[in-house]
Amino acid sequence: MSFWEFANPRRFMGIADRIVPWAFALAALCLVTGLTWGFFFTPDDFRQGSTVKIIYLHVPSAMMAINAWAMMLITSLVWLVRRHHVSALAAKAAAPVGMTFTVIALATGAIWGQPMWGTWWAWDPRLTSFLILFLFYLGYIALWSAIEDPDTAADLTAVLCLVGSVFAVLSRYALLFWNQGLHQGATLSLDKEENISDVFYFPLLVCIAGFVLLFIALVFYRTATEIRLRRLHAISLRERMA
Amino acid sequence: MTALLLRDLRLAFRSGGGFGLALAFFLIVTILVPFGVGPDTSTLRIIAPGILWVGALLACLLSLDRIFAIDREDGSLDLLATAPIPLEGVVAVKALAHWLTTGLPLTLAAPLFGVLLNLAPPGYVWLTLGLALGTPALSMIGTFGAALTVGLKRGGLLLSLLVLPLYVPTLIFGAEVAQRGTSNLDPTTPLALMAGITAGATALLPFAAAAALRVNLR
Repeated sequence: MSFWEFANPRRFMGIADRIVPWAFALAALCLVTGLTWGFFFTPDDFRQGSTVKIIYLHVPSAMMAINAWAMMLITSLVWLVRRHHVSALAAKAAAPVGMTFTVIALATGAIWGQPMWGTWWAWDPRLTSFLILFLFYLGYIALWSAIEDPDTAADLTAVLCLVGSVFAVLSRYALLFWNQGLHQGATLSLDKEENISDVFYFPLLVCIAGFVLLFIALVFYRTATEIRLRRLHAISLRERMA
Repeated sequence: MTALLLRDLRLAFRSGGGFGLALAFFLIVTILVPFGVGPDTSTLRIIAPGILWVGALLACLLSLDRIFAIDREDGSLDLLATAPIPLEGVVAVKALAHWLTTGLPLTLAAPLFGVLLNLAPPGYVWLTLGLALGTPALSMIGTFGAALTVGLKRGGLLLSLLVLPLYVPTLIFGAEVAQRGTSNLDPTTPLALMAGITAGATALLPFAAAAALRVNLR
């Protein structure tokens, strides 16, 4: 069996129907556990007080905002190379989800920044690049909705996604040049000996897992909806012909 | 290709609207800024490089939708697509024509407008040099945006939404060059990085723009 068999819409729908309820249930389980654990059963930070707890929303959503764009990049490439419609529709389905994660990351960051940095917003490289990422999502979604023919829309948004990715990375490093910024460095990485303190680390991992599962569930669900919309459209066209 | 370039230049000069408009817009932005922030010359001196860059960028944006839209309306875009030169070449020539009619005049006019904003003396050279190296990237990126939106009825607004985020790196480095130039720091590093963006955009974006055009002409 080849990996590309999943590109068959029928097969994809079968899998999606089976995966979606489980993914939603697991995501809910992880988020409820992780957030309850994080909010009520971890100590306050020595300097940041209870504001540290926003990390359980901020970090996972920021991670998923970037990963969603990466996923759109991959599915766009698959669409351009192999012309699998499911792939293009998955990119379309992921964009609003990714944009929402971007907004969550920006909003929680602002809410945390107000008491900690004394400002809602600073022109810090990380903050600014997230704002630009938000603009990229906005443009991508606007282009999808502006073009009527679905294949043309898929092609053009895929090209935009490729070019946009290059410029998003360029902006990220250009911004580092522009301003040194307030945002602290990464506290999570795989290759470091010591990450954030374990008390915060384990509930955070649960929350990240919850966000990943939520993203998977939403993308599968929305892709399936898009496929059903296509089918409805095809049926109504056929009826009009008859 | 030379014929196409000459044709585009002649169209831009003679048909009115396209050519002088960007310059006039740039002038108006430059004049409006002191009304907005007050006539204090020391404030203006600080923000002058940034204002001039943002103004040039917006002026460049103004004429982007004309690159392909008019040719599509009268059908010459279809002829260009079937012409013996590759579509990538057509796109590159279009971008070059756009730069010659927008970016180049803006670059030449920027020092003049710098006087209005009381730009610090060492900044003039660097501002002009930065614009000369940076505006080709703006034209090329804009041509890509125009190719994406050529099939749309009212693509102008969408075009600016798509193109402006792509302008961010160029703007950052360009403004940095002018800023460092005015404060007597060494601006060669951002200048080199910006030239890199221009070179990269010129090398790669014609392919992306031509791909988008082919989809739109399908």
